[in-house]
Amino acid sequence: MTQVIDRRLNGRNKSAVNRQRFIRRFKAQIKRAVADAVSGRSIVDIDNGEKIDIPDRDMSEPVFRHGSGGRHEGVHPGNTDFVTGDKIKRPEGAAGGQGGKASDSGEGDDDFAFQLSREEFLELFFEDLELPDLVKTQLAKMVDFNSVRAGHTSEGVPTNINVIRSLRGALARRIALRGPHMKRLREVNDELTALQPPPVDDEEESSPHRLELEEEVIHLRQRIKSIPFIDTFDLRYNNRIKQPKPTTQAVMFCLMDVSGSMDEERKDIAKRFFILLYLFLTRNYERIEVVFIRHHTSAKEVGEEEFFHSRETGGTVVSSALKLMHEVIRERYPLSEWNIYAAQASDGDNWGDDSSTCRDLLLNKILPYLQYFAYVEITPDTHQSLWQEYQRVAEACRHFAMQQLEGPADIYPVFRELFRKRVA
Amino acid sequence: MMGKLLSEGPEWTFELIERYDREIARIAANYGLDTYPNQIEVISAEQMMDAYSAVGMPVNYHHWSFGKEFLGVERRYKRGQMGLAYEIVINSDPCIAYLMEENNMTMQALVIAHAAYGHNSFFKGNYLFQTWTSADAIIDYLLFARNYITECEQRYGVEEVELLLDSCHALMNYGVDRYKRPSQLSAEQERRRQKERAEYRQSQVNDLWRTLPTRDVAESAQDEKHFPDEPQENLLYFIEKNAPLLKPWQREIVRIVRKVAQYFYPQRQTQVMNEGWATFWHYTILNTLYDEGLVNDGFIIEFLKSHTNVVAQPSFDSKFYSGINPYALGFAMMSDLRRICEQPTDEDRHWFPDIAGSDWIKTLDFAMRNFKDESFIAQYLSPKLIREFKLFSVLDDDVQDNLEVSAIHDERGYRYIRQALADQYNLGSREPDIQVYNVNRRGDRSLTLRHTQYGRRPLAESADEVIKHVARLWGFTVRLEAVGEDDKVEITHECEIEA
Repeated sequence: MTQVIDRRLNGRNKSAVNRQRFIRRFKAQIKRAVADAVSGRSIVDIDNGEKIDIPDRDMSEPVFRHGSGGRHEGVHPGNTDFVTGDKIKRPEGAAGGQGGKASDSGEGDDDFAFQLSREEFLELFFEDLELPDLVKTQLAKMVDFNSVRAGHTSEGVPTNINVIRSLRGALARRIALRGPHMKRLREVNDELTALQPPPVDDEEESSPHRLELEEEVIHLRQRIKSIPFIDTFDLRYNNRIKQPKPTTQAVMFCLMDVSGSMDEERKDIAKRFFILLYLFLTRNYERIEVVFIRHHTSAKEVGEEEFFHSRETGGTVVSSALKLMHEVIRERYPLSEWNIYAAQASDGDNWGDDSSTCRDLLLNKILPYLQYFAYVEITPDTHQSLWQEYQRVAEACRHFAMQQLEGPADIYPVFRELFRKRVA
Repeated sequence: MMGKLLSEGPEWTFELIERYDREIARIAANYGLDTYPNQIEVISAEQMMDAYSAVGMPVNYHHWSFGKEFLGVERRYKRGQMGLAYEIVINSDPCIAYLMEENNMTMQALVIAHAAYGHNSFFKGNYLFQTWTSADAIIDYLLFARNYITECEQRYGVEEVELLLDSCHALMNYGVDRYKRPSQLSAEQERRRQKERAEYRQSQVNDLWRTLPTRDVAESAQDEKHFPDEPQENLLYFIEKNAPLLKPWQREIVRIVRKVAQYFYPQRQTQVMNEGWATFWHYTILNTLYDEGLVNDGFIIEFLKSHTNVVAQPSFDSKFYSGINPYALGFAMMSDLRRICEQPTDEDRHWFPDIAGSDWIKTLDFAMRNFKDESFIAQYLSPKLIREFKLFSVLDDDVQDNLEVSAIHDERGYRYIRQALADQYNLGSREPDIQVYNVNRRGDRSLTLRHTQYGRRPLAESADEVIKHVARLWGFTVRLEAVGEDDKVEITHECEIEA
């Protein structure tokens, strides 16, 4: 009659489709929540899922229900001191009934909150963005190889000998070759013991048959002995083949002007921009290193903390940072292994005729190595010489982009603009 | 004694489950429970949440609202705001009951007795389930429905299907025949007839909307008549058959939602009875196990602990109060019925002359088969229970300044309270009475729904949205008019669509 079935190993995520449907359905609201979430986060924990609140009314499933008002009667348990005819003051805000009866939709008025997984969060966040030149990079950068194991071969170099396999083969070969001789040996021995034991003193009296057999024993023993313990035929080598390895690591250079004119607010804007870029890269690369270079009149590579929080005074020489970056690339990040991205934030100030130096540096020494270079200028003012020079760079190079930021609210749109999907 | 114990520790194994099931089945049969064959499935907590959000069905079509449900359940579960119900049981043949792997042996035995024998026999015996659902066909039908809807999604786009389902869901409670006996579901027939039906339906609709030149006065007088002749309670059925603009596949989806709604309709009407019956039987069966010495003291204490939690009824002034607990009321009423049969008092003889002192098994069986919540309470709620629950009724009338206690648990109030409570479980009064009243066939093709007010209660705000859904299905203007107690008709909601 009864059948007991273990279903625990069946698919666990039966509702996955429905969950996707849900997210798809409320994409607009969820995306808004995601954008809000980003501005509230620091670079360290940006890479998590996110709790999403959606106002309940946006996602209600309406049905015909009775509203409050009219006349209705409710029966409740637990009467202690009411008697028939008692008047009770109507409870505030719950004219439709008493206690929990009021909410017959099964849900309160709170927002509907749920946790978005990290993948879903990033997916939504970077939707319709495209990592510049990623495809090209992956195709072009297949120069690196991984050596991976691929079974065994009978030819190879001594260092790759697989001892176990080789000896196992040798053992098998020895057993196989010895087999017929051993069998014959046993037979001969049996026959010998079956014959009369030889007289102790007189050798001549041994029967010729016996002598023949004894000779054969010696012969057989020699044959068995002459089977080699190991033969070149037995040797097995670990086989290794080379597999092309797509480059899945990237380095991101953050360049920032920390001269006196960059105040905390501007730095904060720059930081958010860097966070976005960092996040964006984590979506596409397994491993990412970040190099922070700050500069005023001279450039210096620093840690994240110092990068964002220390203040300097004095003038600005942008080219110093670019020079340092060039050096770092040459020393530490060979092109064959790294995808290189750079983001530069500045208020547009630069020392006199340094701007044209910057342009030359970028065009000749830096941009050829880079996947992408994004420049944001955080200033509400009119542009200075740096912007104009950079504009010329942008005209010459497709993977150089520049935008102007005026306040925190601009970051996301500008970021999207910089990385938007280009229709080919 | 000791040798007879079915198990010692809290761990469960498949072998133990089978052994318990055998014993429980034997006891259930002794008590005369008639059940479908059982299919007991062991699942994980996650799978339980999945099952939850698909309204308990093992297969169902995809829709975002199920995803929302899942997220809600998951969140509440993770925060510890709710335990997962320890059982889900599906009205099908064989009857599918889920056991969660996290539960211990006592809980598994409880669930087996509760779901696989309690609910199961209720599904098989109660007249509503027998009339409105066909247990052997539901799984097949749902499979058919899911495949059909998936196919529609591929052909017409997820978005399109989703909007249609949204609209249908909004009317789901109005997709049932309350009075007419439905035809049985059969997946096989569904598949065979589905295409035929689609064509036929389309031709019918075309016929309805065919504009013929008026030939004589008699015919135009005919046209002045209402369509439909009688108000129609089944909104989805009416839309499926008559909405002018729906395509055949859309009609089929309306039909699917309607059929699913119909399937769940009996469950909504027998909450107290169904849970009461199942709870009564797990209580009785497990106690019999104990009496026979098959389980030990630890088992029965643990069982009683969770049983007591299930049937707890907080008072109206408790912060845990959220209406009457159907488990508590149902269990109390079933146990009370047994008491009336076995140890009737004078009061019981006066109130229930025909059952006091009768065979309790037969009486309970009769009650289970022939009632729904409303009539069950009206028939069997005893004064003793009203006293025990300390029930009182409160009249809320918006023309009065104060609420009034209309009856309490005293001699004068018993009948009043019994009727008021029964009425509270009457779907007819719980849900607004809205029917298709008229279609303007000559003019703008608008559809008029009529809301017959009950106790002057207006519709909640959500009606605005629902009307939009109706209009989406109908394709033309939809109006909702309300008829009050004084027979005055006024249009309360309207969604205009340019014809």
